[in-house]
Amino acid sequence: MLIRKKRLGELPASEITDQQVYLDRRKFLNSSATIAVASLLPLSMANAKTELPEATYLDLKQSPYSIADELTSYQSVTTYNNFYEFGTDKASPAIMATKFPDKSKPWRVTIEGECDKPGEYDYDDLIRPFTLEERIYRFRCVEGWSMVIPWVGFPLADLIKRAQPNSRAKFVEFMTLYDPKQMPGQRRQVLNWPYTEGLRIDEAMNPLTLLSVGLYGSELLGQNGAPIRLVVPWKYGFKSIKSIVNIRFVEEMPNSAWMKAGPREYGFYSNVNPNVDHPRWSQSKERRLGEFLKRKTEIFNGYEEQVADLYTGMDLTKNF
Amino acid sequence: MSKLKISIFIASLFPAIWLTYALFTNQLGANPIEAITRETGLWALRFLWITLLITPLRWLTGWNSIVTLRRMLGLYVFFYATLHMLLYLWLDQFFDINDIIKDIIKRPFITIGFFTFTALIPLAITSNNKMVKRLGGKRWKKLHRLTYFIAIASSVHFYMLVKQDKSEPLFYISLLVLLLGARLYRHYVPKMRAASTT
Repeated sequence: MLIRKKRLGELPASEITDQQVYLDRRKFLNSSATIAVASLLPLSMANAKTELPEATYLDLKQSPYSIADELTSYQSVTTYNNFYEFGTDKASPAIMATKFPDKSKPWRVTIEGECDKPGEYDYDDLIRPFTLEERIYRFRCVEGWSMVIPWVGFPLADLIKRAQPNSRAKFVEFMTLYDPKQMPGQRRQVLNWPYTEGLRIDEAMNPLTLLSVGLYGSELLGQNGAPIRLVVPWKYGFKSIKSIVNIRFVEEMPNSAWMKAGPREYGFYSNVNPNVDHPRWSQSKERRLGEFLKRKTEIFNGYEEQVADLYTGMDLTKNF
Repeated sequence: MSKLKISIFIASLFPAIWLTYALFTNQLGANPIEAITRETGLWALRFLWITLLITPLRWLTGWNSIVTLRRMLGLYVFFYATLHMLLYLWLDQFFDINDIIKDIIKRPFITIGFFTFTALIPLAITSNNKMVKRLGGKRWKKLHRLTYFIAIASSVHFYMLVKQDKSEPLFYISLLVLLLGARLYRHYVPKMRAASTT
């Protein structure tokens, strides 16, 4: 009889390429080729055109947290995206995510971990209890560009209160969907999939922190993180995780996808801070899309009044 | 001038014309300044790779007259690199000397980019026949070996500035490895063979 012993260093079954992924290899090659070709095309051909649809969210509550700056155009907000699940250049999510998320599949969100009311919800059930409002926020990417976006959503704090986190819940961890069939960018190990992010519980409870389901009065498009995403306006854009399927209350500080990718370059806090540079580039200025001159970046992206007390006594250079 | 040379001269202007046209017709996406800076840098790199292709192409095809195209293509490297540099100085730094100096000192990829551009200047200045004569063929050739350094340095510049997905710079780096590898092979392998037979 042959007894197959597991040798040291042998791969567990979970590490081996999923059979479905293997069977879909042609599709994978196709979509990789599409991404490759799209990145070589003259830019005009590679840029998708989007048109502002008729508003689906009507009579939204207006928020005192909204700012009065001029909005970034809908076209820019929906075609200039960092969403590596759909390719790493900024034009490709708008091209690759047109059918995302697959409407024939229910979108499930799990709330779990250190809380008294965990649960698994269909998207509609998840958001039903909450009052949607419009929030016009600044959005600052770690790469040095920024936008002004009219989000539609509700405070994350409202959802957290319903979940009733217990005393061990010191942090909240979020996770994006992992589905290489729908998200072709996940077939390349550019980041450690699935994408994860985290907030300290008091950051998560701050009234500025939003769970967003739309922008410009209508539903989020795939490239913007449909159907539900986080918006943390005083932190660099990558903290605002997209297409969330899992929210977990945890005791220890979670590692985010970008912390794993570059621990020297991306910290847990990632607060917008003109005085703490990215190791490779300056953060003192930013280019707001649509503007010619660069503008000075503000501490906490201009939300100092609302969030500075979260960080009193902390060395923001060390806790970058 | 041959017809081939004229058509390549015009074709090489095409990226610049296209970028200008696309800029004014709003076709460069949401961040046109970033796009045009990146594209001019990329075209400088592409033209540099093309000039490095001339010699191996001569070996492979025996088509020696294409070497007369190399100087013009080299000047296009300088042309696109100058645009790239000016766009950085103007639209990224708005000619603020203090900020520029700070950036060059503090950011390794800017430091490398800056010196790479500086190294192109003597090559562009010595590109006419008069200068070849004045320097003498041997010294001129030696000076223009700087091209290899420039190619390697610009690869490093490109590799370092990309945030996470390094596949595009790695693609160009692998082409450069082939281009430089062909030279090493050509130079060393016959010598090694000669050494082993004697």
